[in-house]
Amino acid sequence: MSSSISLKHEQSLLERLANLNWVLFLLITAIACVGFTALYSAAGGSASPWAAKHMTRFAVAAFGMIIIAIIDIKWWYRFTWPLYFLGFFLLLVVEIMGHVGMGAQRWIDLGFIKLQPSELMKIVVVMALARYFHTATLDDMRRIPYLVIPLLIVLAPVGLVLLQPDLGTSLMIIMAGAAMFFMAGASIWLYIGGAVGVAALIPVAWHFMRDYQKQRVLTFLDPERDPLGAGYHITQSKIALGSGGVEGKGFLEGTQSRLNFLPEKQTDFIFTLWAEEFGLFGGGMLLILFGLVFMYGLWISVRGRQNYMRYLALGLSVNFSLYVFINIAMVMGLIPVVGAPLPLISYGGTSMLAAMIGFGLMMSCSIHQHTKVSR
Amino acid sequence: MKKQQDHVKVFTRRAFVIGGIQCGILGVLGGRLAWLQVAQGSRYKTLSEKNRINLKVLAPERGQIVDRFGVPLAVNAQNFRALIVPEQTDDIEKSLRSLQETIEISEEDIQRVLKQAKKTARFVPIEIRDDLEWEDVAKVEVNLPDLPGLNIDVGERRSYPYGEATAHLIGYVAAVDKSEIGKDPLLSLPGFKIGKTGIEKRFDLDMRGVAGRADVEVNVVGREVRELRKQDSRHGKRVVLTIDGELQRFTQSRLAEQKSASAVIMDAHSGAVYALASHPSFDPNIFTSGITAAQMLELDSNPAKPFVNKAVSGQYPPASTFKMITLLAGLSEGVVTSKSTVYCKGHYTLGRDRFHCWKRGGHGWVDAREALQVSCDSYFYEMAAELGIDNIAKYAHMMGLGEKYGFELSEERAGLVPDKNWKLGQFGEKWQPGESIVASIGQGYLQATPLQLAVMTSRFVNGGYAVKPWITGGDIWDNKPPEGGWPKMDVNKFHMSVVKDGMDRVVNTRNGTAYGSRVEDPQYSFSGKTGTGQVQRITMQQRLSGVKNEELEWKSRHHALFVGYAPMNNPRYVCSVVVEHGIGGSRTAAPIAKDLLLEVQKRDPAKTPLYEPSDHVAGAGKQEEPTSL
Repeated sequence: MSSSISLKHEQSLLERLANLNWVLFLLITAIACVGFTALYSAAGGSASPWAAKHMTRFAVAAFGMIIIAIIDIKWWYRFTWPLYFLGFFLLLVVEIMGHVGMGAQRWIDLGFIKLQPSELMKIVVVMALARYFHTATLDDMRRIPYLVIPLLIVLAPVGLVLLQPDLGTSLMIIMAGAAMFFMAGASIWLYIGGAVGVAALIPVAWHFMRDYQKQRVLTFLDPERDPLGAGYHITQSKIALGSGGVEGKGFLEGTQSRLNFLPEKQTDFIFTLWAEEFGLFGGGMLLILFGLVFMYGLWISVRGRQNYMRYLALGLSVNFSLYVFINIAMVMGLIPVVGAPLPLISYGGTSMLAAMIGFGLMMSCSIHQHTKVSR
Repeated sequence: MKKQQDHVKVFTRRAFVIGGIQCGILGVLGGRLAWLQVAQGSRYKTLSEKNRINLKVLAPERGQIVDRFGVPLAVNAQNFRALIVPEQTDDIEKSLRSLQETIEISEEDIQRVLKQAKKTARFVPIEIRDDLEWEDVAKVEVNLPDLPGLNIDVGERRSYPYGEATAHLIGYVAAVDKSEIGKDPLLSLPGFKIGKTGIEKRFDLDMRGVAGRADVEVNVVGREVRELRKQDSRHGKRVVLTIDGELQRFTQSRLAEQKSASAVIMDAHSGAVYALASHPSFDPNIFTSGITAAQMLELDSNPAKPFVNKAVSGQYPPASTFKMITLLAGLSEGVVTSKSTVYCKGHYTLGRDRFHCWKRGGHGWVDAREALQVSCDSYFYEMAAELGIDNIAKYAHMMGLGEKYGFELSEERAGLVPDKNWKLGQFGEKWQPGESIVASIGQGYLQATPLQLAVMTSRFVNGGYAVKPWITGGDIWDNKPPEGGWPKMDVNKFHMSVVKDGMDRVVNTRNGTAYGSRVEDPQYSFSGKTGTGQVQRITMQQRLSGVKNEELEWKSRHHALFVGYAPMNNPRYVCSVVVEHGIGGSRTAAPIAKDLLLEVQKRDPAKTPLYEPSDHVAGAGKQEEPTSL
């Protein structure tokens, strides 16, 4: 069998590059190009200040992604715990810095990039859970005590992120974690119990929410409540989307976005701009591109020979899809306004970096699908 | 091994569940997108248009008002304003301080601008000062490089060169009241002004012009990004008045010696009004530059009512100026002849009532001409007793009293000519013979405006034509002499000449009530009739004690009236003067009329045809293109 042969075979650098998932790479590049186009339009038909920088970042990040991808998955397996604790440490640092400094600081300035540890944390949490569940049997998964540690893996960083306070990111980590538990075989009853618990916790959470977060939830529930205040963003975004129609207003013709009716058009509301100018065709095409990326992740995952790769690839795919869902659902007025960028398209270094690291790891799972990470 | 395979099966199954959920959510998002863009697309398209296109109304230039020679009475002056745009300067206070070194800016203005700058968007210009002199504008222009953020803007302001002299006639423009805002989008324009009184009000629509419009693309904060379409405004019509501006000014200043007075000068034949003035007046320019509360209060509380145009809306008993009508009625109805005489013993008795002549002791024997000359009341009392009020009213109407002429000034009032039916309708009472006696000397219910008195006089001296007054030239108003002149009245020429003779004697014969005001130069001599209108009934006690009218408080004194015409032999100009509480017509009104008639004869405005605007440019003497700065 070819698989048993390749098992013993250590791939050369060239072979690994050749095995790189070029289809996935193409899909990602296509999405990034959508981002480039939208940012070019957001600047009123200019590569500066956003589009050119966005493309440069993508190029650098793609290079990094390939490096991550060709690093043997067993190294990533081995370094999972150190990476997790490093991420946790960085999160702790911004938390402490944030208290020393002014207000809610979520990033560490590395000079060339403003690093948001919470973005990295989303990835390392997935890695850590994949690592922990790698050795778990179905029976293990049904034992509650066995699940205490993975629960802590998720909740410890969530607690820190909540303190920042960043409700959106904490929810994303929880959801990604829940997906990991699910794919590893956790009991359905755990989810039912969890859902009941969350319902019970809502009043408590409400109590601890900051005013602006409460505003956002209330405004989401009734956007007309404050049409010129917090609800304004959603209303304007819906007007922009809706007025785009089927065919869109055309490249550089998006009046709503270009005339500043859209808030943060280059970051959180970039999808709106895109769909206003390119209509249902453009918006639908982008959704399909994202869908293909998710499915590619699923395909890598189910082809995986070992749990670590299976869980990691699917977990990263879920992680990526959460970004996409939250951002797009928000600009369409389906969920409250949360400050979540659209990966690969929104202007911003960290979100680009996090997404590309994720794809790099996903590719590493694929390239090294026959590698034995342990045992 | 089997367990592991089970686990893989569970994983694969659950992985596809996750994939299914992902696809499901994507489907929901896609569906939502389609719903927004297809099902709701047109609704949001409309909202989006509303968001970005701002209709800008461009104000047209208001038409000028000029006098009969083309001299402007209401113009649009350029108003230079200094503005600052906060976003164009790094330090707004520094810019203001540099400006302060260049031109005069008060500390209050600077503080006001700084305060406003904090409140409004940074691209909105803030007015620092308006009404800049040309010199100041030049200084600012030169220093502009050192004054970041500063802009000079040229606007328009209605300006009235004749000020107080034309305030009532021309009226003024002011901001639109909420109740006046209608269909015309111009009215909603900030700072737009419309005519509130006088000619400005009557011809507001003609002078207003047609608004232009510009569709402007704006962003969310309302900043204009670019102009999409533009349609220029059309300026309003120019209004030419029959008024002689200088004569108007002269009339106003002549009246200004009195506390409250009004006068009309008109053409006896054409009906064109040359001057129409009311005193006290006000400066209409304060309304366009912004009137202060103190100024408004002062004007409002003045008992002489400076805002009222008394020449058309002041209603006074015509007093002895009405005697011409009574005489005409008596002659026409055959009650008297020009030769018949009456003995005046100082009073006239009807039943148990005694009616006094103004002259104690009486005039003795008087005939028709003399009765006018000395203004003998008894002569008219006796005539009126026989005539009855309805006959008197008939001739009063014929001479133009008791009606509105459809004059251009909407403040015009109708006065009052009573008759039997009127009293029955008004009070439900029968007319008393004594009331006819009172009416014969222009007292009682009778009321007339100075304009009506001038029309009445015109009809007596123009050869018997029912002339009406008018004030605007061109085709803007249809109150001008019809083809073939004004309609002839059904009156006897000889009777009219008797009345005219009487009026000549009033001024030019010794013992005439206005003899003191006569003009000896035959070229300019004039004729007329005095009148002294009672404001209060003279009590028996006053009559006995001989209280002089000037000893009463102002409000209780008699009104002084005079109507006159000139030249005496070939009447052309007619003038009426009413001095409120002026004590006596011969004493205060006649000297004014004399001066006015002298001045109008010297200026002789009738010999110059009415100015016809050849160009239809709104602002004469001004460039068509707005000066760009």
